[in-house]
Amino acid sequence: MTVPRASGYFRTRYAEDFALLDTRTRKAWAALFAAALLVYPFLAGPLALDLANQVLLGAVGAVALMLLTGYAGQISLGHAGLLAAGAFTTGILFKEFGAPFWVTLPASALVGAALGLIFGLPSLRLRGLYLAVSTLALHFIVIHLGAEYETKRGFSTGILVDPPSIGGWQLYDARAWYFVLLAAAAATVLFSLNLLRSKTGRAWRAIHGREAVAGALGISVHRAKLSAFVVSSMLTAVAGCLFAYFRGFVSVEAFSLFLTIQYVAMVIIGGMGSILGAVLGTVFVILFPYFIEWLMEAAGLAEELAAVVFAVNYSAFGLVMILFLVFEPQGLVGVWRRIQAWFLMWPFKQKPLAGTK
Amino acid sequence: MQLAVNIAVLAAIYALISCGYVLIYRATRVLSLAHGELMMLGAYGLYATASLFSGHPVAAVAAAGVLALAVGVLVYFALMWRMTGESVLAAVLATIALGILLRGLMALAFGTQTRHPLAELGWTNASIAVGEDAFVSGVGLVLVLATAAVYGLLFAFLRFTRWGIRMRAAGQNPLLAAQRGIGLHGIYALAWGLATFTGGLAGMLIASDAGLESTMVVIGLKAFPAALVGGLDSLAGALLGSIVIAAAEVLMVHHVDPLLSDVVPFFILLAMLIVRPWGFFGSREELDRV
Repeated sequence: MTVPRASGYFRTRYAEDFALLDTRTRKAWAALFAAALLVYPFLAGPLALDLANQVLLGAVGAVALMLLTGYAGQISLGHAGLLAAGAFTTGILFKEFGAPFWVTLPASALVGAALGLIFGLPSLRLRGLYLAVSTLALHFIVIHLGAEYETKRGFSTGILVDPPSIGGWQLYDARAWYFVLLAAAAATVLFSLNLLRSKTGRAWRAIHGREAVAGALGISVHRAKLSAFVVSSMLTAVAGCLFAYFRGFVSVEAFSLFLTIQYVAMVIIGGMGSILGAVLGTVFVILFPYFIEWLMEAAGLAEELAAVVFAVNYSAFGLVMILFLVFEPQGLVGVWRRIQAWFLMWPFKQKPLAGTK
Repeated sequence: MQLAVNIAVLAAIYALISCGYVLIYRATRVLSLAHGELMMLGAYGLYATASLFSGHPVAAVAAAGVLALAVGVLVYFALMWRMTGESVLAAVLATIALGILLRGLMALAFGTQTRHPLAELGWTNASIAVGEDAFVSGVGLVLVLATAAVYGLLFAFLRFTRWGIRMRAAGQNPLLAAQRGIGLHGIYALAWGLATFTGGLAGMLIASDAGLESTMVVIGLKAFPAALVGGLDSLAGALLGSIVIAAAEVLMVHHVDPLLSDVVPFFILLAMLIVRPWGFFGSREELDRV
């Protein structure tokens, strides 16, 4: 599937084409990275731990969007709506029936899958812009339903959700949350990577490339599109469910169109068509406001701008997104690959032309 | 009767905004999701010129109009021309990013409290009786008249003037148009300028009627189903779509539930996308082109 990215390494079996980690060095690095992730919460302070939790939670949603937009090539502007659908399913089931998390989590996933199916249906007739617009309509409709529930049931400020509990033990501590979210994010990433090297994933890439050709190759374009919507929406709704428990609070205000834009930005800034990109983009987008805050403090402007922090954030965020779109459409992953290629090629600067090596 | 007046005013608002979506889409094949913010920028432009030219309200309004036109051209040359030839997604995302940037900058420059440009100009918003038991605000009446004028002028511009014909040609087939000696960048910049001008005009009038605050962006987004229901590449469609959406919204809010105001346009949009995705008057092959 991927081009070998180590010098002197040649594949001799087809199975090696499918391996997630091909060389021993990469396996060692992956093991080291996993160990670092496991040790991290014991070394990090409360703020760093909270940031890590936010990144891990965001990564689930970002990877889901990457599957749909980056791989299957279907534009979605309804991501916040789907997160809201998951969160509200959790909140409503908890408030109305006192359902425990092992009921709300699958229920959220089911609602997400159903919404994905319903809102994937227009994708069979619509392309590009028109599809983006119908997903935008999804956003407004879900938010409306949520707001309707809030006002009709008298939870006008939002729904409080108790932390999930397993046999009397409550998931409350930030460190415990870290491991839960790490497991969720890791499961999502592994699930996605695995799906992408299966028949479904290859079908998604094919319809992204060119639908007519994919159809001619015997891929059911309809099924591929719908499955992309269903899988992505399901994962997103699960992220929404986790979001509800993590925040302990569900309210429509949290799921504005800006949240969708943030998730889209994660995918863009990270780099289209790469799971690594989705994760890098999440790290960037989540840490960005904190970075801006730090910059403002360093510049001594923190007090003057305290009232308009959100405005500074919006401007800087818009500017960074524009800069990435104009100057680095490949995103962070493009930068990372260039660095890799520089080391791989050294002392040469360019790849040899195809056929001359 | 009052309902009919409300529908007419709301339809005028939507029509004035949605012609901007149509102009940009028709010429450049880009959907501008920054239109709500550009509209708001036009309104803030009026607020700024009103205090600058205090005592000369007509000059202030004219200056604000020129400013809006200039902003549109600037947006094209500063950002959107780099996006020509990129994928549809990249161009749309660029407009989203522009919207966020503008929203932040406007909050930084003008603060977040509600402004009243009309009071700044020294005019009042009188209530005018229509028929026996219906009323329309003065600004509402101006809105309807301005929309009629803008649409009349746009139809004439696209049909009879040299630049209008060039714009249609560039929208139909950019490659052929360029080979016939039409400067695409000039046309595209003009489309952005006109769209921002009409959007800015809508922003100024809405701000004069209801005050200027950040919720205006939502009105911009709600006008967008109107453009799509009518057909994204048809001005007449935008007009019809606006009337349909406005009528549905006013009637639903009046008879069913005020909370529905924000979703009704999108319900109609979804229904339209399922039944007739290219809209009332849109051309059918557009669907395959995007």
